[in-house]
Amino acid sequence: MLEIRNLHASIEGNEILKGINLFVKPGEIHAIMGPNGSGKSTLANVLAGREGYEVTAGQVLYKDRDLIDMSPEDRAREGIFLAFQYPVEIPGISNTYFLRSSLNEIRKYRGLEEIDAVDFLKLIRKKMSLVEMNENLLNRPVNEGFSGGEKKRNEIFQMAVLEPTLAILDETDSGLDIDALKIVAHGVNKLKNGQNAFIVITHYQRLLNYIVPDYVHVLSGGKIARSGGKELALELEEKGYDWLKPDKLVEAG
Amino acid sequence: MRNKRFKGNTDWYVDVFRQFENRLNGDRGTAVHQIRKKAIDIFAGEGYPTTSDEDWKYTNIKPIAEIDFVPAAKPGEASVNQGLLQKYNYDGLDCCQLIFVNGHFAPDLSNLGKSETGLKILSIREAIKNDDPIIRQYLGRYTAAEADSFTALNTAFLWDGVFIYIPDNQILERPVSILYLAQSNETPLLNLPRNLFILGKNSEASLIETYLGEGDQPYLTNTVSEVVLDENAGLEHLKIQVESENAYHISTIHAEQQRDSRYTSHAFSFGGQLVRNNIDLVMNDEGIASILNGLYVGTGRQLIDNHTSIDHAKPHCHSEELYKGVLDDHAHGVFNGKIFVRQDAQKTNAIQSNNCILLSENATVDTKPQLEIFADDVRCTHGATVGQLDEDAYFYMRSRGIDKTRARQLLIYAFASEVIDRIDSEPVRQKLSAILADKLHTVKPQ
Repeated sequence: MLEIRNLHASIEGNEILKGINLFVKPGEIHAIMGPNGSGKSTLANVLAGREGYEVTAGQVLYKDRDLIDMSPEDRAREGIFLAFQYPVEIPGISNTYFLRSSLNEIRKYRGLEEIDAVDFLKLIRKKMSLVEMNENLLNRPVNEGFSGGEKKRNEIFQMAVLEPTLAILDETDSGLDIDALKIVAHGVNKLKNGQNAFIVITHYQRLLNYIVPDYVHVLSGGKIARSGGKELALELEEKGYDWLKPDKLVEAG
Repeated sequence: MRNKRFKGNTDWYVDVFRQFENRLNGDRGTAVHQIRKKAIDIFAGEGYPTTSDEDWKYTNIKPIAEIDFVPAAKPGEASVNQGLLQKYNYDGLDCCQLIFVNGHFAPDLSNLGKSETGLKILSIREAIKNDDPIIRQYLGRYTAAEADSFTALNTAFLWDGVFIYIPDNQILERPVSILYLAQSNETPLLNLPRNLFILGKNSEASLIETYLGEGDQPYLTNTVSEVVLDENAGLEHLKIQVESENAYHISTIHAEQQRDSRYTSHAFSFGGQLVRNNIDLVMNDEGIASILNGLYVGTGRQLIDNHTSIDHAKPHCHSEELYKGVLDDHAHGVFNGKIFVRQDAQKTNAIQSNNCILLSENATVDTKPQLEIFADDVRCTHGATVGQLDEDAYFYMRSRGIDKTRARQLLIYAFASEVIDRIDSEPVRQKLSAILADKLHTVKPQ
């Protein structure tokens, strides 16, 4: 589904990603861990198509198509979803209106009819229960005045409604208390099926107690320093990230 | 020092005045006509302001002074563009409505409803004919012709407009809607509405002025409203300007407020090629609250200039001002917000903000808060922002599948609708949302 080969990317001339290789198949959950500044969020933003991130080398194929040339909206319509590390507040646009516009754009792209107001309401009620979202947040402006936990839950709620093929969760667990974290994880587990895939970017091993990854990758200095199974996350929890820094690895090697 | 005044075509108006006067017959001896005569003299003597005048620094009105506008005769009913009137009708709003065409009251198109005791809602022309003592007492008292050239021009040709008098303790249940339609088809039209709104003690009212127009000739709407709020009176005053692209629009609202009165203005500027709005508030006693909301949306080569002035003359008054602008193409916006806090005016609370987004590299805005504070125990804040659309929000929307154009429209709409959302009346909000969406070539969310 997703093939990243030797991906190099920079922001304002500073190279952040220095040769990433990652292969994601349908049905898989990949966790990407790593210290601050290792390039985790850059990878998420490059995949979602944020402006200002320049891909200088390498290739990203999504469903066998070149992803880099695709606009952010087309990526979304093709089934890529980024749960933002810092969800954006949009005063003046209600949550439901925003989500319905989004869903209809995606449906139109796929040659489906626009969903009408009644069916949409049914759909969101069903999905809301998944993330235990408070109903009165629906008619509030997008994320405006939401608590940190509410914003993150809103991301998962959007994901539940849009049903992406590839979801990238950028530190969705950061700043969440354990109850909120469980709700977010529960949402992801419910949405998981054999056809979709998740890339879960996290700073903490804790989330992976609730979302069990098939693979764990450790990002360090813009490269994947190590990949392994879920047990790698536990090792990181124990030892920290220092032993994986490129210079340390050289010393060790 | 450069000249602050220029003559322009003032002679033209002196001639037009003479013809106007000749047609008046018996009306020439009245007190109102004395006011007119004084005003034409002032206008002829003063001429027009130039950009050397600090109040007109960013707005060059030379194009206005080069066109010989003519007052129109009362048009026949058949020639009235009903479709246009219908377009700006506030569907679902139960209101008392007065419609004016080319500066003349059109009773057949209007709907005054039944009047309660003492309440006066009528054409000012009618009130002048009746020699109403309230007219004699108030007309021209607060907006003196000396104040500026455009007020002088309006006063010189003072003919029609709306007179509202609400007696003490009366609460107006239905809002008053006033439509000024300009049809400028043969010669450049001079459209000079003049309003007088007097609210007695403890009275309350809501009124909506709408300015619209059409025709292939340029026209000048130069409107003056005098507003007087007696003790504890409350007025919600909406002004919605959707003139045609051939319009020059100059508007002056002067409000005098007595103790504990509340004045709320919502001013919307969408149309016109050169627009200047003046709002002057004078807080004459304690416990007064005033709110000024404004939204201006400019495209093409529109120039929209908002000048507001709030005079905190007495202690314990509160003023709150929010103006927002959206400017695209080569549009130019001006915001000048004066707040005076006099020495006596302790415990004044004044808040002002002006936020503008520029959608194109060629759009410009000149924004100037002007606070003059002579009291020491006051709270005054002001802020002005000029920016582009929020890039993060833009990307967020696109990352959810919403295309560039739509994301941009939604964000502009969201920015501007903050001002619309401050209006209580649902039908008016609906209409304004539709006008905004139309102006931005988008469809209204929801």
